[in-house]
Amino acid sequence: MQVALSVKDLTKKFGDFTAVNNLTFDVEDGKFFSILGPSGCGKTTLLRMIAGFYQPTGGSIAIQNKDMLGIEPNKRPVNLVFQHLALFPMMNVYENIAFGLKRKGERGNAVERKVNDMLERVGLPGSGSKKVSQLSGGQKQRVAIARCLVLEPSVLLLDEPLGALDAKLREHMKVELKKLQVKVGTTFIYITHDQSEAMVMSDHVAVMNSGKFEQLDTPQNLYSNPSSSFVAQFVGNNNKFAVDLKKNESGQFFASSKNGGLYSLSDSFKLQNSDSFDMFIRPEAIIINPNNTKSTFNSMNADVKAILFDGGNSRLLVTPEKSDQEIIVALPQNRQFDHIKAKDSIKIGWDPEAAVCFEKSEEKIYEDEI
Amino acid sequence: MKMKSKTQKIRWSFFIFFIPVALWLFLLIVLPHLELLRISFLGSGGKGFTLDNYKAFFTEPIYWLTFVRTALYSIFVTMIVLVVSLPVAFYITKISSIRAQGLLMILILVPFWVSELIRVYGWMILLRESGVINVFLVKIGLFKEPIELLYNDVSMIMGLVYTSMLFMIVPIIGVMGSLDDSLIEAAHDLGAKRLAIWKEIIIPYCMPGIMSGSIIVFMLVLGSYLTPKLMGGKNSLWFTEQIYNQIIVYFNWNQGSAFGFLLLLLSSMIIWVALKLTKQDFTKVIK
Repeated sequence: MQVALSVKDLTKKFGDFTAVNNLTFDVEDGKFFSILGPSGCGKTTLLRMIAGFYQPTGGSIAIQNKDMLGIEPNKRPVNLVFQHLALFPMMNVYENIAFGLKRKGERGNAVERKVNDMLERVGLPGSGSKKVSQLSGGQKQRVAIARCLVLEPSVLLLDEPLGALDAKLREHMKVELKKLQVKVGTTFIYITHDQSEAMVMSDHVAVMNSGKFEQLDTPQNLYSNPSSSFVAQFVGNNNKFAVDLKKNESGQFFASSKNGGLYSLSDSFKLQNSDSFDMFIRPEAIIINPNNTKSTFNSMNADVKAILFDGGNSRLLVTPEKSDQEIIVALPQNRQFDHIKAKDSIKIGWDPEAAVCFEKSEEKIYEDEI
Repeated sequence: MKMKSKTQKIRWSFFIFFIPVALWLFLLIVLPHLELLRISFLGSGGKGFTLDNYKAFFTEPIYWLTFVRTALYSIFVTMIVLVVSLPVAFYITKISSIRAQGLLMILILVPFWVSELIRVYGWMILLRESGVINVFLVKIGLFKEPIELLYNDVSMIMGLVYTSMLFMIVPIIGVMGSLDDSLIEAAHDLGAKRLAIWKEIIIPYCMPGIMSGSIIVFMLVLGSYLTPKLMGGKNSLWFTEQIYNQIIVYFNWNQGSAFGFLLLLLSSMIIWVALKLTKQDFTKVIK
């Protein structure tokens, strides 16, 4: 596979603040690559360095094996779809898309053919004469992407372009974008703070935090095998338990929750600095009324505090007996647990294989997190 | 019934604010103009209806040539002001820090707290034969003896540009401030060079500000009297001086007011043509 973008030891500092810290990664040609991280993690800085708007403090960026150091944004084979799209309000749709072609010195029929082709590809045939202000949010989106794709860039950079759309349209555009990328085959580098956008669309996702990649993997692996506490919390929903790890005489590890409760674990750990850990279990890994006979299987009685109904994504909020740990349990979609009501007492449990543990980190993803 | 009393209240407060404005407009602007319009059609003795005052403008070359000259110079000055103001406005809105922006605006505004007369005298102190620039140039040995830098078209244009620049910069800053930086970046990203960014993005976006600034500057320059009189040479006669001469020197109010109306009419026509040529909507420009 050919490498479209190759980043080596890339660093960007603003004064004392390191926005991007010594990053190295490659993106293969034709892939949908996402960079996922909370706001302020340095993902926009990274994107702007690739586009050429910032000069790196150190390291190198190569696109199609050509070093980009000191090359102006208008000479790079990459194009950027801006967060607020930045369509030119004084031009119509056609002129917006033709803008880049005309800057390349293309004139006449070739421009017209390419623009109309592109409009057709993004599903807006015949909209060339429309004003930008006449377009809906999703249409603006597609014009912004068409305006870049018409230049046939080696890499298309997208800076949270779905952020401004409402939830329904965002769901729709996720699928549209993925289909479009497959159709045109251009390498997409997409940055977002929305883990679902990244998971749905990408071939590979890099989870970024404080200027570094915490994990670079396929969406499936990120979800099932997070490599750090940060990734486990940021990607998908997870139940977090603050626990102390303990070991019994036979070498079996246990997690003792600070909120009460003792859970068995399947992995073994090297306890070095501290035995304070965070344990994570996915809501869908918790089974209601389990009939597992495995000796290590964790099962307990729990009180249902609330039913969080959300269609196919409905969940229960429960607390195990003799504990005030809140646990979110996913409800299977076959409606077999419709009889469960708030304040009921149910049996829940999980296979220790489903739990992951990381050494406790003080880091918080969101300010209001407890 | 209740509704009615409410609308009546609104109407009363509306009149309280409207009447002073209407009075001001009517007494100080409409009424004098009607009077001037009336006397512009009177003969030299102040009697009878005649078109001679208007005819004189078109038949005497000195009059219409002065007007053409004044109009062309005003257009030229407006263009220079525009070329100077665009980068200044860009620097203030896009490049300087927010704190520096306020300071720069004050630096631009402060000279306009001083009267035009004083500002023109400032230029004269710099440019006259025994002025600062001449003394300096002679001292460093560039010239053997001082030369006259004042009283020519160049010095007059310089003065006019200086006195009217503020009125171009302020409306352009207003529009340019709302120009999203990402539009400029997007154009750059899509392959545009500096010149193309100005031509395709910044100037079209700022067009309403440019047009309103240009109209104000053009009208100001066309109607200015002090600067051309004090800084221009004997040959650089301004049309306002013709009006002044008619009314004050020859005491021919009828001819003077006819010229005044011609100035108003012709300058409005020039602006109308300019708006049509640049395809701008007048209602958008005055916003």
